[in-house]
Amino acid sequence: MSVPTIWVLAEPTPTGVSTTSLELLTAARGLADAVEAISWGPSTAANAAVLGSHGASTVHDVGDLHGSLPGVPVAAAIAGLVASAGAPDAILIPATYDGRDVAGRLSARLDRPVLTNVTGLAEDGGRLVTEHPVFGGTLTVKARFTAEGPGIAVIRAKSFTAEPSGGAPAAVAALAVPETGATGAATITASHAEERSGPALDEASIVVSGGRGLGEAAAYAMIEELAQLLHGAAGASRAIVDAGWVPYSHQVGQTGKTVKPDVYLAFGISGATQHLVGMKGSKTIVAVNKDKDAPIFTICDLGIVGDVHKVLPALIDALKNR
Amino acid sequence: MNVVVCVKQIPDPAAPPALEPGTNTLDRSGKLILDDSDAYGVEMALQLADASGGGEVTLVSMAPNGETGGLRTALAMGAAKAILVSDPALKGTDALGTAKVLAAAIKTTPFDLVLAATESTDGYTGTTPVQLAELLGLPSVTFAKSVAVDGTTVRVERQTEAGFDEVTCPLPAVVTVTAGVVEPRYPSFKGIMAAKSKPVETLSVADLGLEGQVGAPGARQEITDVVAASSRSQGEIVEDEGDGAQRVVAFLEAQKVI
Repeated sequence: MSVPTIWVLAEPTPTGVSTTSLELLTAARGLADAVEAISWGPSTAANAAVLGSHGASTVHDVGDLHGSLPGVPVAAAIAGLVASAGAPDAILIPATYDGRDVAGRLSARLDRPVLTNVTGLAEDGGRLVTEHPVFGGTLTVKARFTAEGPGIAVIRAKSFTAEPSGGAPAAVAALAVPETGATGAATITASHAEERSGPALDEASIVVSGGRGLGEAAAYAMIEELAQLLHGAAGASRAIVDAGWVPYSHQVGQTGKTVKPDVYLAFGISGATQHLVGMKGSKTIVAVNKDKDAPIFTICDLGIVGDVHKVLPALIDALKNR
Repeated sequence: MNVVVCVKQIPDPAAPPALEPGTNTLDRSGKLILDDSDAYGVEMALQLADASGGGEVTLVSMAPNGETGGLRTALAMGAAKAILVSDPALKGTDALGTAKVLAAAIKTTPFDLVLAATESTDGYTGTTPVQLAELLGLPSVTFAKSVAVDGTTVRVERQTEAGFDEVTCPLPAVVTVTAGVVEPRYPSFKGIMAAKSKPVETLSVADLGLEGQVGAPGARQEITDVVAASSRSQGEIVEDEGDGAQRVVAFLEAQKVI
């Protein structure tokens, strides 16, 4: 059997649609008879080919949001589509800043539950089953909606691999935004991109991350230097982002980026659940920490029980001298 | 300016978590404490109320039992009062049900701004504040890394994938704050003593007219199975005896990344 209809929220980026959106389309087409996408922004028509090749037969285009935060207008438009076209069985939404806004707004508008932190999907008797890692990923909880559709599922990045199927470009259908009243009043007045050199954190094949064990903000420079030497990206635990040592965009974990590099190197990171959820899919993991009982050691391939202030400089020197 | 802060009392994250047999929901039967991530919203609220030259900070919370320990922590920081919706019928309530409860409770007190954390530390659903905003008919700005109020407008620096956006929004509104938006104060001894006599109003589900919409039946979702996740096997753990860096180099060579 398969799930009759799944819609996927396809988030636009400055250069196309987000990889997570394509991952969700790939998963949806393996589970459902009919897959449609909802997107917004000025480039939906240009994205129709890639959306179609990943499984969407139609993309409903909400269009330009004129500076509004996406959550309210996009959720209102989807609710309108549910009213006019009938409810799908499920709507899959990427677990991003804007995705979570859309999911929350849509849930309250339609009075339907949301299942979040989904990392796996399956079908059972024509219904969607969601999988959620709990307790640092040691257990997987399986769940399903018991209300009538749409069930709203918020899905973490890199839960699936995006693969084109060779499908035709998606048909583009305009989707109007109903009047949103006071709720739609939040407006973006300026956007700022944080500068970074080297590969993007969630795309790098090597990630070097630092945590509280670095002791002080200045020591993070060693993390950046090592990342540069390895042509990788520099990441961070929530603890040092909260402490203001590094920008939020470096954060790996539950509230930050999900990474799956070939090698993940963790320096002075104890391995709180919050962090492990974002990196335990890495192909290999190296950890350096002075506490031999740190949870990070339970999932690493190579663990060095030692002082990061000794190991890091020595490692940087060794790589420079190669 | 009156600010409402949504706060959650959670099992101590330092203690090993457990699922309740039967329901497979998180076991919350032990002692509950203030979620650390809520301290940032409480602090932000206190600073904004102070800066506006008047008004007070009200905590709104929900718990299946009558737990108030975590609320007292936030009252000791300086919040004026708390509204606790407490009812055995709330057991098993999901994010949307929680938002319904909080929305109904918030409507019982005057407010200009509602603050919440981006997500709780125990359940980390992260949708409740936005669901709450929709139910209250208010705009929302999530993932704030800075918040300032200018008359009847709130200005927020909001995290994005690339960096941050400057967002303006008319009040009243719901804003969720990231950890690090402000540095929470430690309750003073005087604050702790004063908190003991601050008002905590307790409301039931019936008081809010939400019978049947909350608890496990209102959640309209079910856990069908809990299985052990495929675990990574532990690799080689060695003490650094001066050769730690060389061992890492050898590992990277073996992985053919250098």
